[in-house]
Amino acid sequence: MKANDVILQTVTKVVSFIILSFAAYLFFAGHHDPGGGFIGGLVTASALVLLFLAFDIRTISNGIPINYRLLVGIGLAVSTVTAVGSIVLGFPFLSHTFEYVDFPLFGEIELATSVLFELGVVLTVVGGTLTIILSISEDV
Amino acid sequence: MSWVHVMIVLPLLFAVFIPFLYKAFPKIHTGWFVLAVPVAIFGYLASFLPMVASGQTAMLEVPWIPYFDINFDVYVDGLGLIFALIISGIGALVVVYSIFYLSKAREALHNFYVYLMMFMGAMLGVVLSDNMIVLYLFWELTSVSSFLLIAYWYQRKQSRFGAQKAMLITVFGGFSMLAAILMLHNIGGTFSIQELIAQGDVVMQHELFLPAMLLLLLGAFTKSAQFPFHIWLPDAMEAPTPISAYLHSATMVKAGIYLVARYTPIFGGTPEWFWIVTGVGLFTLFWGSINAVKQRDLKALLAFSTISQLGLIMSLLGMGSAALYFGSGDDAAQIHLIAILAAVFHLINHSTFKGSLFMVVGIVDHETGTRDMRKLGGLMSIMPVSFTLALIGSLAMAGLPPFNGFLSKEMFFTGTLNAAQLDIFNVGTYGVMIPIVAWIASIFTFVYSIVLVAKTFFGKYQPERLEKEAHEAPLGMLIPPSILGFFVIAIFFFPNVLYEYVLHPMVNSIAPSIGPSLDYTIEAWHGWDAIELWMTVAVVALGLILFSTLKKWMWMNNIPQSMHLNNWFSGGIRRMERVSHKIIDFHMTGYIRDYLVYILITFLIIVGGSFFLTNSFSMQSDIGEVNLFEYALAFGLIGAAALVVITRSRLTAVVSVGVLGYVIALFFIILRAPDLALTQLAIETVSVALYLLCFYHLPKLRSREEEQGEKFQPFNFIVALATGTLITLIMLSVNDHRLFESISWYYEDAYELAGAANMVNAILADFRAFDTYLEIFVLAIAALWCFCAHTITLE
Repeated sequence: MKANDVILQTVTKVVSFIILSFAAYLFFAGHHDPGGGFIGGLVTASALVLLFLAFDIRTISNGIPINYRLLVGIGLAVSTVTAVGSIVLGFPFLSHTFEYVDFPLFGEIELATSVLFELGVVLTVVGGTLTIILSISEDV
Repeated sequence: MSWVHVMIVLPLLFAVFIPFLYKAFPKIHTGWFVLAVPVAIFGYLASFLPMVASGQTAMLEVPWIPYFDINFDVYVDGLGLIFALIISGIGALVVVYSIFYLSKAREALHNFYVYLMMFMGAMLGVVLSDNMIVLYLFWELTSVSSFLLIAYWYQRKQSRFGAQKAMLITVFGGFSMLAAILMLHNIGGTFSIQELIAQGDVVMQHELFLPAMLLLLLGAFTKSAQFPFHIWLPDAMEAPTPISAYLHSATMVKAGIYLVARYTPIFGGTPEWFWIVTGVGLFTLFWGSINAVKQRDLKALLAFSTISQLGLIMSLLGMGSAALYFGSGDDAAQIHLIAILAAVFHLINHSTFKGSLFMVVGIVDHETGTRDMRKLGGLMSIMPVSFTLALIGSLAMAGLPPFNGFLSKEMFFTGTLNAAQLDIFNVGTYGVMIPIVAWIASIFTFVYSIVLVAKTFFGKYQPERLEKEAHEAPLGMLIPPSILGFFVIAIFFFPNVLYEYVLHPMVNSIAPSIGPSLDYTIEAWHGWDAIELWMTVAVVALGLILFSTLKKWMWMNNIPQSMHLNNWFSGGIRRMERVSHKIIDFHMTGYIRDYLVYILITFLIIVGGSFFLTNSFSMQSDIGEVNLFEYALAFGLIGAAALVVITRSRLTAVVSVGVLGYVIALFFIILRAPDLALTQLAIETVSVALYLLCFYHLPKLRSREEEQGEKFQPFNFIVALATGTLITLIMLSVNDHRLFESISWYYEDAYELAGAANMVNAILADFRAFDTYLEIFVLAIAALWCFCAHTITLE
């Protein structure tokens, strides 16, 4: 029934990695440049959606065996842990801190706890978006 | 905490144990255990009689909610004590009577006695409480327990109807009484009745005086079955006869009388109180006595008779309140005080003879199986004791010697004659009406009293129409009415003992300023030249004539059905239900578009109204330079939005919405919000994809609608246009109404404070991360809902 999608599939194989790299860039750049957890998550999800479109759900599910509903929970848990962590250390809920650390090979790099929080956002957004799209498409 | 407090709550506490006693001793009638409670209360309270007779009172305080001035304070004076004695005394007799009346095998006795004890405790609380809130609490408890007792045979439709009716009317009155209590608290700053009496002048001059009085009287009139609220009492006759005897003749219906008497020192002496209480009482007396004559059912006759007699007492209280106008030391005060004396005297008399009459009627019902006077007759020789008791009660009710009703009826005539000669409160020539109406009502009272005895005990015995073979009642059922009958006669011969110990203390309580100086001797014989005597003679003569020609004038009583107050009540309830149905059916259409219109119109009225009333529109401040890009994008937005509204194709609408979203993303770029632009682009793509998915799979039926398009509705158009205009105007004005400077300067240090050069993300992830934290929960919940909705519908 379906036409031969060789071109689409081939392009997808290449492009999806570019999109995923862009997503990673957006996520890490968010601290100082436009980007951040939410948009990074959306772009990651769009790469995955492209894969689902070019191939089919079963193939991709076998290749990338992620339970997206579980991902939602993990994302919320990561955010919650970073939020509660500040209480454990004696600071108010959701206090963040940052530190400039000198790494041997990379030089001085800023490490911020808000990035961990953003990681939770990314995981939730990816999991949430794909849960929605997959459950609707499976229904149809 | 004193013993009096214990006595008030004793019935309520004892009620807890009744079900256990009922289960533990199935052989013994539960009533025997219950009997101890009223006897103990009566015995204890009777010990206060000498104290009260000597003019002393007692205030016993127990704090309950002192912060709100609500305390369980008990005030023992003549009025409260005598009421409490009537309640416990007749309560004891009713318990004895009900032991023989209610079958141990067939009836749910534990329910009966629990309700009865609840009622007794509540009633004692009403008459002994000094705190008005506590009084109200007990007042409503009497309504509730009366409701339960009326519907004791809840399997019957009529019982449930009667209980509901009584509940609706008495609780309506109770609520208005609560309002009056709160008003009085507002005036006097206290919930204590005695403290309010002490500052009577302040109360009288306050602007809330009249509303408080009217609301209070509403409470009293509904409870005491005064016109036009009397309609619940005849329907309450579905209750077991001991209950009718106790609640609906001797105690609860007198709660309103008690209330009027209790508040007379505060409100009495004013023309409004005089006219309302006297007028309503007299009309109730008249109306009840006329209606009683035409009843076929014995209990219905007694119900209307009770209404009529309560009206008599009420009117006497109203006439007597004139005494307070004159104040102490005035001879006129002494003269009008006789009316109050007559009121309390008749109150006691009525409790004795009406209680015994109800019990006799219960006996007749119990032994013959019917209360219908058309089936009864000729029972005189079969039930001689019951007949004697009925005769005593009826003649007392009719006001004949040698029974106590005669004395109070004579004093009633004296009171009305005195009131007719009042030269205050604009009584004038209308005053003549008072004794005339009272006299006519007395004639009808005489007629129905005779009817009661004659139709039941005289005439021909018709055993074929009765359900049972008639025979005399067991001794236990005869003892309580006999005791009451004994009092009926004893009070006639020794009224002044009663005066000294009971009536005078009661008058002292009702008129504390002038009561103590009252010196009166009750006499049965006033001499030949007393008008009262000839009025009584005329009552007897005319009453006998009317009775002998009963069949010829009964047609006069056939008021058309549409004029009956019962019909008005039922019709009113039905109409209220119908109207509320209509209102709900009218506005709760079930269509979201209708509700949306309500919301928008409400928004337009409230927000738009306040916007224009406060004259808030302004557009002075510089809104900045608009460049060509922005014009172009704005036109793009307008075009896309217009297309969404006017297009007939769903697909076009979805694509136009997408265009709207992308143009907004472009706006974000122009307004230098890269993060927003990125997110907007991604989100818009996803949502347009989801829209397409949804619209592609819509059912076929709806696609026909798509071809024809939405019909243009001018009303919706106007609402939408108005809402849009209003929001635009508000947005334009907001710029000119900055209350304070922006706080965004703080975030400009984001690199120093949070180590982040991207200020937006610093706010999202650090400064105000709590918002973000909860928004990812929103997303998670939406995703999980989506998953659940789709998987569950699949199965």
